[in-house]
Order: sequence, then C-alpha cells, then structure tokens
Amino acid sequence: MYLIGGTTHGHHQIEMQCAACHTSPFGGGEVLQEACVDCHGDELKVANDSHPKSKFTDPRNADRIDILDARYCVTCHREHKKEITGEMGLTLPKDYCFGCHENVAEKRETHKGLAFDSCASSGCHNYHDNRALYEDFLLKHAVGDVLKDKAERLRLNGLENFLANRDAPQQVSALMDAPEEYNNDPAVEEWQLSSHPSAGVACRSCHQDGSTGDWHEKPNAMICGTCHQSQMSGFLAGKHGMRLKAGLSAMTPAMARIAMKDSASHLALSCTSCHSPHDVNQQSAGFEACVGCHDSSHVNNFANSPHAGLMEQARRGEIPDTQSVDCATCHLPREIIEEAGEKIVRVNHNQNDNLRPNQKMIRTVCLDCHSLAFAIDSLADPALIQSNFSGLPTSHVRSIDMAVERDEKANQREKVF
Amino acid sequence: MKNSVLKIGAPCVLVASLLTACGEEKTAGIEPKIYTDSLFAVMKADRTNYTKLIVKRLGPNGANVIKPDEHWQDMDIGAPLPAQMFRAGAEGVAELTDEFTYSLQSLWPINAQNAPHTEAEKNGLKYIADHPGENFYGEEKLGDTTYFTAVYPDVAVAEPCVACHNAHKDSPRSDFKLGEVMGGVVIRVPL
Repeated sequence: MYLIGGTTHGHHQIEMQCAACHTSPFGGGEVLQEACVDCHGDELKVANDSHPKSKFTDPRNADRIDILDARYCVTCHREHKKEITGEMGLTLPKDYCFGCHENVAEKRETHKGLAFDSCASSGCHNYHDNRALYEDFLLKHAVGDVLKDKAERLRLNGLENFLANRDAPQQVSALMDAPEEYNNDPAVEEWQLSSHPSAGVACRSCHQDGSTGDWHEKPNAMICGTCHQSQMSGFLAGKHGMRLKAGLSAMTPAMARIAMKDSASHLALSCTSCHSPHDVNQQSAGFEACVGCHDSSHVNNFANSPHAGLMEQARRGEIPDTQSVDCATCHLPREIIEEAGEKIVRVNHNQNDNLRPNQKMIRTVCLDCHSLAFAIDSLADPALIQSNFSGLPTSHVRSIDMAVERDEKANQREKVF
Repeated sequence: MKNSVLKIGAPCVLVASLLTACGEEKTAGIEPKIYTDSLFAVMKADRTNYTKLIVKRLGPNGANVIKPDEHWQDMDIGAPLPAQMFRAGAEGVAELTDEFTYSLQSLWPINAQNAPHTEAEKNGLKYIADHPGENFYGEEKLGDTTYFTAVYPDVAVAEPCVACHNAHKDSPRSDFKLGEVMGGVVIRVPL
C-alpha cells in the first residue's frame, strides 16, 4: 500500500487502516476533523481545552484564523509529514503562540523578553491542557515540600465495592464448571486464589462460547471487556490496544518505534500480555510486564531509582501498597470515577493518556507525593527523566515564581466568596 | 431598555403575520435588529436571574454551601460565575447553530481576550459606555462575511458583580458601582 508520507508516532500503528481517519473518499477537512474529534474529542473535554474550536468559530476571531486556523486539528498536527513533525505531533514552528499573544508582555511584565518558541516548550504552558499550569493553580500550590508527609496513591476499591453491592456469593465449587480433565490443572488453583471466584466468575464465564456453548481452551482476551469495561476502553484508546480498536491485528513490540526488547518482539498485545489470565497479579502487571517489553533508558534505570526502592519495600510488606511506586503508578494511574453515585478508584488503562505533554501527569500522579514546583521542574528535565528520577532536577521553571511575583505586586484584594 | 425592545418588536411581528395571511410569495423575515434585540432580551433575563436568584444566594449571604468561583471545575462543590455561565451558553449555542453568535466583552476585561477586537466592538463598547441605556448597531465585514453586529450594555445588576470585578487582580478597574455599565453583549448575525 502506498502512503503519501510517513505518519506520526501517534498514528503509525494504524497507518494501513486509511479509513480510520479518511472515513469518506470524497471528504475534505470536515471529514478529517470529525475523525480527529472521534478519537480525541473526549480527551480535550476532560482537559478543559484552553483553545476549544468555539474560540475560533466566533466571527470576531476571523482575522486570527488567517494566522492560525485552529478550527481544524490538522492546522497544527498535519499527518503524513514526518519530516516536519516534532514533539506532540506538532508540524508548526514552536513560536505559534505569537500570532495571537504577541502583546502578552504588555500585560505580564514577567514575560518581557521571553522567546515565543519557549511558551509551550519550557514547562510553563500547553496549548490544550493547562490544568496543572494555570496561574491560580500555581499560586494555590506555590508552597510545598519536595516530598509530602502523606505521600501515597489511591487505594483500589473496585472489587470491594462490587462485592458489597452483589447478591450472596455462590459456592466456589459451583463455579468450577470446567470439563473434568482440567480438575488438576494449575490454572484452577490460580483462579481460586484470584478475585474471580469471589466475584462469581466461573470457568465457563470466560471459556464458553456464548452462542454454541462449546468450551474454549483459549478464549479471546477481549472477553475481559465483558466485565472490565472501563479498563478495556482505556486499553483500546492507548497505544497498546489502538490497533485492535481499528480492526487490525494486535500490536507487537516489533512494530513499535520506541526501544523494545528483541526477546519480546513477537508478543501480541492483549489483556493477558500484562495480566496472567488466572493469577490476576496486579504487582507484576505494574512492573514486570512493562520491563518485559520496554527497553528505554528511562525503563532500564528504574531499578536504581528511589521509586523502585519504594516498590521493593511494599513488596516486602514494609509499607502499604498505596506507597509503592512502580511503572503503573505513573503511567496507568489510579483515578476516581463516579459509578452509580459511588466513587470508585479505577486504573486508567490508557497509558498514553497522561504521557504527552508530560505535565498532564502532574495532577493525576506527581502531586500525590511531591510539590508542584518539584514536579514541574522534574518533568522539564530530560536528563532526569532518562535517569528515571534518580536525583534532583537541574533546571528550574520560573512559572510559580512569576505567578507569586505578580500576585504580590497586584496587592490582591479580599475575595468576595 | 426592556420597554424599548418590546415597542420595536411588536409591530414587526404583526407585519410579518399579515403578509403571510395575504398569501404573498415574498418571504417575511425578521429584521436583524429585532432578531438581536429579542435574543438579548432572553440573554439578559437569564443572566440577571442566574446572578440574582442563584449566585447571590450561594455565597456567605445565602446558603454558603456551593461556592461560586472562577475555578469552579476544580472544586468539589463550586458553581460557575455569571460571566462564565453566559460564556458557556454562547459556546453551547455555537455548537447548535451558526445563525448567530454572541459574546461578553468589556473595555475593562478581566481576561484580556475579552477586550474589543474588531472596529465594531471598539466603537460599540465605547458607545454604550458613553450613552447609558442605549444600544449600538452596525455592520462589519469579518473574513468574507458581512455581519449585523449589535452591542448591548451589560450592567452590574447585583452587588457580587461589582465586588468581584473590583477585587479581581486582573481587573483594570476597581471602582465599578451598582447599575453601572461594566461591559457589553455583542451579538452577530451573518447577512
């Protein structure tokens, strides 16, 4: 198949599925825009997008559209232009803020002399997601210890919540409905020790064909989504599952553009790549599974990082699981979602959700344990990221200082509410 | 001003009905001015009601439970400020139709992006500030489209309007008074 140009790191996995974006052969910009929004629209809403399309469809900004037609994603994120594609899939020069904000220094003395190609590359601003970077948030979190007294992630409560709201559990023996030849299979014991029996998940819940009733030795891993819907939806939205979502074969490490281990190159990604199907071990899914495939400096330096020390301590039972830090702590963060009026802590299985720009990680991850200033500085230090945060940041982002300075000068008056 | 809107609006609606009754082929439409006046009447009523009936009652002088705040989305129990509620409406309308757009602007904006940008906005906001109780109407070409642009005064209807804008560190003014024009509602209709 002929490609008109190399694709971005975000889309290369599905580049052969043209119809994923080009949904109509006769469509123009609007069709492509619809495809962008179809996959990324919800993410922008959650991010409280700082530059929503409605800002640019307002006729008063017609002259700004001439400078930057931000009604369309492809204005800044052109696809098939690999030779000019930079970080965040940006295909514009980094000083794109200038077109609309050229006079920013007139109102913000702190911004005098700053280069316009530094707005979004310095750790201060992002075009879409500024949830951890807006001025009042900087002020609110201006003071804080590098490591908080109470440094911990959320405790998972999905299972206990599920069990509390279900009917009386069935006897485990009634759930062991596999054919007799499996009676001594090690998988049975693994299953017994997992949370599946207590949740009423029998052997045939997964191993039986829904229409024929036939026993399936190896059921399709997508069956996990029957019960684990939010997890499946996250998995399919990220780079681990996006090929499956597009109707293609599963992603393999061999297809990746980032460093992967040769020994894992043939593996096809599904739920069971990280979660052994019967022994649902969340610890190995949060570390061993990741390092089994990924081979970057960041990954390989984890073992020597302070975070790894906490993981080891938790595994030895010296500290609670909530204080453990493994790969999943940051890349598959635990989040609170509302379900039937209850607050449930779930793992976000889209590991790309908070990855780029990395400041998206601040609120959902870093602030659980660290101060905002430390988090901003650390995430803006490429060498520190490569070493997997072994040490202190060597650069300093002045955004909090600027906000405090301006606030003090403004002699802020008492608030009404 | 509410009265003047009704005086202007009623005869035109009547004319439109008679034309239709006579069966003439000519399509009867609403004059842009009547259209924008009517839209503004709804906007103003809703905006005033939200400010007086909701926001005013949420703060310390009311239930003091839900806090109206600029960053309400970041709070467990926060509510949007009147200007944010108004903007949310404008954004919602923009998703539903492109037959008209509206926005809230000011010569003394808290957010610099809400300062007048086009010539009609600059002239209109100055006019309504200099002529309390009057509206501004004009035409302007933006991009390749000509618009009927109306600018209506946005008046401080309750004490929280004045207090918030005077206290906000990004506000260019700290001397607003109740009943004073603080900005303008700009409504555009493509012609």
